[in-house]
Amino acid sequence: MTTLEIAETTVDVDAEGFLTHPDQWNEQIAEEIARESGIPELTDRHWLVVRFMRDRYLATGTAPSIRSLGKESGVPIKELYELFPKGPAKLAAKIGGIPKPRGCI
Amino acid sequence: MMKKQIVILGGGTGGTMTANRLRRHFDADEAAIHVVDRDDWHVYQPGLLFVPFGLAHVDEIVRPRHRQLRTGIVFHENEVESVRIERDEVQLDDGTLLPYDVLVIATGARLQPEETEGLTGPGWNERAFTFYTPGGADQLHRALESFDGGRVVVNLIDMPIKCPVAPLEFAFLADAYFRECGIRNRVELVYATPLDGAFTKPVASKHLAGLLTEKDIELVTEFNAGEVDGVGGKLSSYDGRDLDFDLLVTIPLHGGAAYVERSPGLGDALGFVPTNKSTLQTPARPNVFALGDATDLPTSKAGSVTHFEGEVLTENIVRFLEGKELDSGYDGHANCFIETGFHKALLIDFNYDIEPLPGRFPTPAGPLPLLRESRLNHLGKLMFQWVYWHVLLPGREIPGLGPAMPLAGKKNVPTTTT
Repeated sequence: MTTLEIAETTVDVDAEGFLTHPDQWNEQIAEEIARESGIPELTDRHWLVVRFMRDRYLATGTAPSIRSLGKESGVPIKELYELFPKGPAKLAAKIGGIPKPRGCI
Repeated sequence: MMKKQIVILGGGTGGTMTANRLRRHFDADEAAIHVVDRDDWHVYQPGLLFVPFGLAHVDEIVRPRHRQLRTGIVFHENEVESVRIERDEVQLDDGTLLPYDVLVIATGARLQPEETEGLTGPGWNERAFTFYTPGGADQLHRALESFDGGRVVVNLIDMPIKCPVAPLEFAFLADAYFRECGIRNRVELVYATPLDGAFTKPVASKHLAGLLTEKDIELVTEFNAGEVDGVGGKLSSYDGRDLDFDLLVTIPLHGGAAYVERSPGLGDALGFVPTNKSTLQTPARPNVFALGDATDLPTSKAGSVTHFEGEVLTENIVRFLEGKELDSGYDGHANCFIETGFHKALLIDFNYDIEPLPGRFPTPAGPLPLLRESRLNHLGKLMFQWVYWHVLLPGREIPGLGPAMPLAGKKNVPTTTT
């Protein structure tokens, strides 16, 4: 476990920079992680996805997969990849301050 | 006790085994047991892997479902229209209503190739195939017979899929097949996966990636396939990468049975049924249980899992009907042989907390090597088909192979688990 200073807050992160304690998260942290990950500005569509991921994780203990995200968030998978290039589920989880989604088995 | 109505949806591995176990437990005047399935063809699914290579024929791995059920179990060959959990009844496609005291959901997973753009369009079953259905496996067999070289891409579109090791096994067997045909030097083999490695679990993933390299199979990771051009031979990912193919072997997207979506309160967005990971009761209703591929549990969708779940499930149905507390005994135990070609196989054994580790797996017939290629494991895999029809489905115990994962024989077991 390591700690990191993000947006003037000290947070616990794993080896890949995912927050391990979602309660240490705030919106400034989200914006800073986004910038570092190559997303200069979080639009309303980004926020919709990030909040959906975070709410779902806090309610159920697991983050949705990319497929469920495409079906339930109202943002189609193609657009998810435009918003969060490379890996929408992973990146949205990182920005949303929740642990890295475990690939299911 | 008043005569109870037990309705089991699905006459595959989980449904058949559960029906037979419950039939043995309850006398005819204690419980009526109904099994519903839309067809009468029980496929030994592990056998599908061998069909494309001519090592098994479809008619050898399919038997009538009703013949696997003990006397005194009522079989309904019907599609399920919907489950009405608030009224404790199931409606079938012919209008029949089946009221229940206990419902078991065992309808497995459904392939959804149509959910991937272009996959079922032109080229489907000509250049793009799946071996996950008897028909598809047969078509692929014919295609392989006339294949004389080119680029073969094996791709699983996204998790979850049944038997997560099967696509890897297909790649290993394809390597062996092309070598035996003497055309391996004219075949490029590519394994494309949405995962960040060959497999989901770190230690096994490393071993399996090593085998891919050894067999000269290119591994492409984090490839989320979004579109297929079956005529031009191109598989494209959502992030704009293309893989050209002469032959595509795809594992299509999986979802739950269609009626789950027609039954409010039963399933999740993909049609899988949320289920308690240790008791197998569903949060939908206390009298609704689920097992096997139909659940949303974080373990493999595989027959071995269903088998281990089945023992806990049967016990819990009995306890539920007797008004007793449920047993939280299911630990996520899974056990899979992985064919690696040339009459060898690996064995992996794991649960919710402990990933597949090297070592030895204790069996009544002697230990089997874990995470290591051996002929013994291959023989184990072949022998299992007999065990499946004659021991597992009838609901007999396999001596020395209980639901809980054995720690004995495993190397480097972590002392604390998360």
